Amino acid sequence: MNLQLVTPMRDLHTRLQHLFPLGELTEQRPDLGFVTVPAAYLRPTLLHLRDREGYTHLVLLTAVDWLEENLFQLTYLLSNRTTGRDIGLRVKFPRQAAHMESIHDLWPTAATYQRELREMFGIDFPGSPRLHEEFILEGWNDIPPYRRDFDTLKYARANFSDRPGRETHDPEQHMKQQLYPDGA
Amino acid sequence: MSFDWMKIPYALLTVFIVFNYGMLLGALIQKIGARAGRRYGIPVWQNYVDLIKNYGQRTSITHGVMFYLGPVFRLTGGIGLLLFVPTIYGSYMFSNLSFAGDLILALYFVFFGTLGMALGAGESGHPHAAIGITRGLSQVSVAELPFALAVFAVALQYQTLSVTDIVAAQQGGMMNWTLFTNPLAVAAAMLAFLGSMMRPPFDVVIAPQEIPIGPPTEYHSAYLALMQTNRAIFPIAKMVIYMNLFFGGATSWPEFAVKVFLLYLFSAFVGVCFPRFRVEQSIRWFLIWAVPIGVLAILWV
Amino acid sequence: MEQELKPELQIRKVKGPDGVEFEVEPLRDYYCEALPTVQHGAYFKIVEDFFNWARAESLWILGFGTGCGAIEMRPLMTPRFDAYRYGIQWRPTPRQANLLVISGYLSVKTLKRAIRAYEQMQSPKYVVGLGSCTINGGMYWDSYNTIKRLDDYMPVDLYIVGCMPRPEALLAGFEDLKKLIRAGKAEGANQYAEKFEWYKSNQKRVIHDWDMPDYNW
Repeated sequence: MNLQLVTPMRDLHTRLQHLFPLGELTEQRPDLGFVTVPAAYLRPTLLHLRDREGYTHLVLLTAVDWLEENLFQLTYLLSNRTTGRDIGLRVKFPRQAAHMESIHDLWPTAATYQRELREMFGIDFPGSPRLHEEFILEGWNDIPPYRRDFDTLKYARANFSDRPGRETHDPEQHMKQQLYPDGA
Repeated sequence: MSFDWMKIPYALLTVFIVFNYGMLLGALIQKIGARAGRRYGIPVWQNYVDLIKNYGQRTSITHGVMFYLGPVFRLTGGIGLLLFVPTIYGSYMFSNLSFAGDLILALYFVFFGTLGMALGAGESGHPHAAIGITRGLSQVSVAELPFALAVFAVALQYQTLSVTDIVAAQQGGMMNWTLFTNPLAVAAAMLAFLGSMMRPPFDVVIAPQEIPIGPPTEYHSAYLALMQTNRAIFPIAKMVIYMNLFFGGATSWPEFAVKVFLLYLFSAFVGVCFPRFRVEQSIRWFLIWAVPIGVLAILWV
Repeated sequence: MEQELKPELQIRKVKGPDGVEFEVEPLRDYYCEALPTVQHGAYFKIVEDFFNWARAESLWILGFGTGCGAIEMRPLMTPRFDAYRYGIQWRPTPRQANLLVISGYLSVKTLKRAIRAYEQMQSPKYVVGLGSCTINGGMYWDSYNTIKRLDDYMPVDLYIVGCMPRPEALLAGFEDLKKLIRAGKAEGANQYAEKFEWYKSNQKRVIHDWDMPDYNW
């Protein structure tokens, strides 16, 4: 049996687990916790947290690219202003089917976050206003640059010319030269 | 009626003296303002260098005939204002081309430059220039209203429209100045003076820190140099009028220099203390404070 | 991938005030297609030296902070460093400015606007690159969005090294620029006119949504 202290975060998690099939709670700090949500239950969970539990502030909506597992993860960070606690909802979906339902009708600011994610990661949010307008990049003609299979160094070398004579002070190169001067 | 041809080179000499005086005095007043802000400010010869640099630009873009004529009108307004009023009273050499009735002509020339500028800046097609013109014209028209009222009061008081006669009536001691015989008119005119000097708090139209720099937005190279020449001459010419109407005129060049400097310093004193007004705030300020004093001045005469 | 032009820049039919209908192609018709030309100095060397002295003593910087280095330009307006003593002023419009300071990293988005501002300035004009990002990419050398060599895209007269250079370094840099101008070596505008096709092809290689005329004067 798990002997764990009942903290307000765990209490909330237990209450939510009665309603939605959530994953485990990761308590990073006493006032910050993360929980995984299946994609179909995202919207009801957000609505419940906003309307019943007092987490009315959407702090941010960001994405993580799990290239090895072939998944995208979206993190919705909500904050309860009265108790000062934050909860993060993780939603995972496959990279090939990169779309999620839009929550711009719950929080209007989510439209801006979704615009950025569509431009930089390529995750589609059907129905979000002004989604296909250029936001950060203008005239971009390659894959979305925040994806981990985009090689930014290769792109920079191909498009912008180097000035000769730039030295590198990479410690690995330096020590390699020091220890193996003949290049072993 | 015979025309005295000798007056023309003398008038040109007056313009030359006033131009140099205006350039140096403008830089000096900016230095005084900078000292009020605990820094050194521009060198006194900076206006000359800016002028030479602008004339020496190798390219310039024109937007049409009116764009070209805008600075020309403005400079004409400045030089015309200077030439038709006597600079030094009592001197044959420097009484310029004054004649009876030149007071109304002086009022006309004060407005003439702004209107020409507005047409020229409008043709440049830049939206910021259009914003600047609306702001500038509305502010200038309200700021000149107390000045016009004060001028009428003075003309009624001395029963003449010739500036030379008004100056003559003020000779013979300091107590004869209009400052002491009709203080209301002078008060209204000095408030209008602040408005038309384009210094804080009334410089939102033309301050270079504002992004719509106002009418001169599209002006550059030689056009801007023409306008800068005018910015040296026009304030001095306006202060010559003020000096002649309200402060007894000048009977010699040193007296002219001192009086003009003190008048310019008055606007600088106010300028370093106050932040900018928005245009509607300055219009409201003029209508509440300056215009009633002007009306009272006319009624009192 | 060709980007679509904005609606106000596409070819459209317009009815004139006298009732005649005609076709308008805004990028070609509302701008002139002239290319920059080389402007020679004055005929006599002493006059040109005099003008160069005046240009050096009256540097008007365009008030366009392109990157993080703009934060080092602003202390110059304050009493502690007081760049006005050196004849330096900031002007809000490129028409009246003759010095463009590229302060820090230059993203491709800003490069498009900086080119437009540079081409609207009147000749002779100077460009100063502030910081190491204009020299060799600086700390954004592997970024997909910032350029690495500023003088591939516009002629640069002087680089000021640092990340960011302190205001005293900026003032020393401006003094060096004045020496260059007085010696007659700062002819970036003419270099731009001579190598115009090279600069334009470099610019168009990185700016993919080019919806300006080739020369924005």
